[in-house]
Amino acid sequence: MPQVALTVNGKQHTVEVEGRTLLVELLREKLGLTGTHVGCDTSQCGACVVHVDGRSLKSCTMLALQADGCSVTTIEGLAKPDGTLHPMQEMFREHHALQCGFCTPGMVMSAIDLVQMHPEGLTEAEIREGLEGNLCRCTGYHNIVKAVAAAWPLMHGKPAPAAAAE
Amino acid sequence: MYDFAYQKPGSLADAVKLLKGDPEAKALAGGMTFIPVLKQRLNKPSAVIDLAKLGLSGITASGNTITIGAMTNHVTIATNADIKAKIPGLSEMASWIGDTQVRHRGTMGGSLANNDPSACYPAAVLACDATIKTDRRSIKADDFFQGMFTTALEPDELITSIEFPVPEKSAYEKFRNPASRYAIVGVFVAKGPAGVRVAITGAGQGGVFRHKEMESALASNFSADAIANIKTPADGLNGDIHASAEYRAHLIGVMAKRAVAKAAGR
Repeated sequence: MPQVALTVNGKQHTVEVEGRTLLVELLREKLGLTGTHVGCDTSQCGACVVHVDGRSLKSCTMLALQADGCSVTTIEGLAKPDGTLHPMQEMFREHHALQCGFCTPGMVMSAIDLVQMHPEGLTEAEIREGLEGNLCRCTGYHNIVKAVAAAWPLMHGKPAPAAAAE
Repeated sequence: MYDFAYQKPGSLADAVKLLKGDPEAKALAGGMTFIPVLKQRLNKPSAVIDLAKLGLSGITASGNTITIGAMTNHVTIATNADIKAKIPGLSEMASWIGDTQVRHRGTMGGSLANNDPSACYPAAVLACDATIKTDRRSIKADDFFQGMFTTALEPDELITSIEFPVPEKSAYEKFRNPASRYAIVGVFVAKGPAGVRVAITGAGQGGVFRHKEMESALASNFSADAIANIKTPADGLNGDIHASAEYRAHLIGVMAKRAVAKAAGR
């Protein structure tokens, strides 16, 4: 059986997989990282979003073997070892940006990538459009958008640009 | 998903050899269509040949040509400064495909080789009179697209890059399916060295096509008014649960006028 060697949340792993094994199956079933969820399994809902080499993608639509040699970050890899949450996680809690929580891991991973991709600032409209690949059936998105806007200055270490604050 | 052998060759020659040696093998680019197809068991390849390590990613601008590597993803195309400045229609097109996560993986070469009748890139390639470079030859856009999911590519032939002559003006307008983001109708207008070209995607039963009547009207007067009275017949257009053929015919006129107005203002 082929092997995939990759780094997940800073730890090296070498795992035997089938050609057809998906990255999300590797994470959940082989490594026990069940924080990454499978919602639609058709690359629409975004519950399975993880970062591969720093970019957000849908782990239900990537083969595990495609991630060979890559560095993967999942929701489990965000908080510090002492339990301090990532600013995006903290703002999701602060702004009550979740109800059932099923979409939250993917939503947080997409939101972090979105904020990182926009050092110039983000308008509310850009946040809503930037999260179009993640579906939430509880919140109506409103508090999620608030949480992402609130995380921007924390992640960039400076106040949000006035035009982007809205 | 049925299982398959996975291979990631390190050179273009090796990738072509693997495909030539096994008629049941399939090439994998970004996988944003192909992996869902495999998951639905609509295809059963013996081997999947991953093209990720062939060095086919990247964008170069020189003179009046922009060359895009086949494995370049949509985010890279959408955010490239040269493409934004020189082919803004292509930049906006790339930024509207799927969602961010799909745009991080999906590639131009993969989209063109698949030639989905609702895919966006075929319209840009056809309207800009781009050239498809493969491991063995160059194919003009007019010869490349040969009908729904059908191209001029041989089974073992791989796209390496796409060469876009820089048009004087360009714009894309898309009436998108709100769930899939695919084009119900997409219109790419380019005014370039080869004259005005108008390519329609999402609408035709045979995939992307040029709207010759609009092209000749725009050649003498590049404005939305010039095509305001052109009626597109519904014959040969797709009708499905999302939009009837008649509605698509109507949308072609609306989207084309918007695209021309936007291009003319650039």
